Amino acid sequence: MTPVKPRSSSIFRPTGGVDQRPLLEHHDLVQSIERRNVLRGAVSLGALTMLSGCNVTDTPQVQTVLRAVSKWNDKTQEAIFRPNHLAPTFDESLVLKPPRFNAHYSVEDVKGIDIAQWRFEVTGKVREKKAWTAQEIYALPEQEMIIRHICVEGWDYIGQWSGVNLRAFLEHIGADTSSKYLAFHCADGYVECLDMATALHPQTMLATKYAREIITEPFGFPLRLRTATKLGFKNAKWLVAMEVTDTFVQTYYGNEGYNWFSGI
Amino acid sequence: MQTASPRALVDVAPPTEPAAAPKPRRLHPGPVRVMHWINAVTIVFMILSGWKIYEDEVIFGWLHFPAWLTIGPWAQHGLQVHFFFMWILVINGLAYLSYGFATGRFRRMLIPIHWSEFVRTIKDTLHFKLAHDDPTIYNPVQKLFYIGVICAGLLSVFSGLVLWKPIQFSEAQALFGSFQNVRLVHFLAMAAIFGFLVVHVALALLVPKTLVAMVDGGPVIRPKRREST
Repeated sequence: MTPVKPRSSSIFRPTGGVDQRPLLEHHDLVQSIERRNVLRGAVSLGALTMLSGCNVTDTPQVQTVLRAVSKWNDKTQEAIFRPNHLAPTFDESLVLKPPRFNAHYSVEDVKGIDIAQWRFEVTGKVREKKAWTAQEIYALPEQEMIIRHICVEGWDYIGQWSGVNLRAFLEHIGADTSSKYLAFHCADGYVECLDMATALHPQTMLATKYAREIITEPFGFPLRLRTATKLGFKNAKWLVAMEVTDTFVQTYYGNEGYNWFSGI
Repeated sequence: MQTASPRALVDVAPPTEPAAAPKPRRLHPGPVRVMHWINAVTIVFMILSGWKIYEDEVIFGWLHFPAWLTIGPWAQHGLQVHFFFMWILVINGLAYLSYGFATGRFRRMLIPIHWSEFVRTIKDTLHFKLAHDDPTIYNPVQKLFYIGVICAGLLSVFSGLVLWKPIQFSEAQALFGSFQNVRLVHFLAMAAIFGFLVVHVALALLVPKTLVAMVDGGPVIRPKRREST
């Protein structure tokens, strides 16, 4: 039998010696272990962490993979979405006034809209294609909900929203609700898109008021989307157009790499 | 022709024992090693991408993770990576748990934990008498550590699922009280796993044969015949 290598003087070697029998029993196997390979493996694992902080995740190849998985995650979320499951609602005393502002630019850069010129244009697969004025929308039956707003960043607050229930609005305008998507266009160029199941959820609305007052400029005056089942950024502000469509519409944040469905 | 995997070497060991005797196995059978290293890589990515997401809205004002330590230039990249590796974490984790229960590995390696032994191990450790001559037997502290990190892993997945879908799983979210509590629990589960990782890696480097065993399978264990494994 081939002798085992002489003992090293490593400080890690336990006093009293190690049981050498396994080494003899599996001499061939032990010989085949390359310490260098073990070391290389350990270093590679460390190298994985070197990905952090640099832009590897932003390279086209990596983005292709990550965005494909994000697409798959859209489908997963669609599958677990409960169309009639209501989000928790809260007492009016918990409502944050004013709500927390967020956009891809700061509040000082909010341009706002000219209410005299403003229209909400409805197009696509609808019976009644029309450009709505604010007064016409205010005249529609109103729904109110006190729900939690959850931002993709991690913060949340409770808000009180009133406006026209989106499902009721879609029925009113004769929209083909078997279509796949609702695309929204905003005065600042922002684009959003909802899957039809979310659009038809009882807690999805075109909001005109916050805390019973007309929504103020930074929060989407005169019309914004508000749904209880999506992250904050899906709730587009300063709406100017809505299209009922079967064509997938990429969104502002979706284009940036955020998940498209972004349900909660 | 059979490939000369470590497993095969074990299986072709001369049949010196009676046929009824349980087959000798390695300390860490092939599947355990594969799942261990998949998990190791996955956990690193999950934690470092999680830190990127945390940075968008910190829970503790005094705790920030420097950008060079987090994955992705921007939050969306951290999110993409997190929601990529979550699948691997869950699938690999389920496979590991199923394997651990089905093969009796958990029962064999992680229980029972005797209180007296536990106290002795703590005392010995405080006297720098780390008993690690036999890597095939876990001491009670090790057992608790491994059970603890499995629980922290389960909690991180559960709280992560609720954090991802607080409305779809609003019944589960109610268990946490508030949405911010879900974030906090998810963070604490990460902290527990991270704490385990620090000790685990430090000890593996301190007793290198444990690290080697997770690569080559470690010593062959010949179970006593009366054991029903």
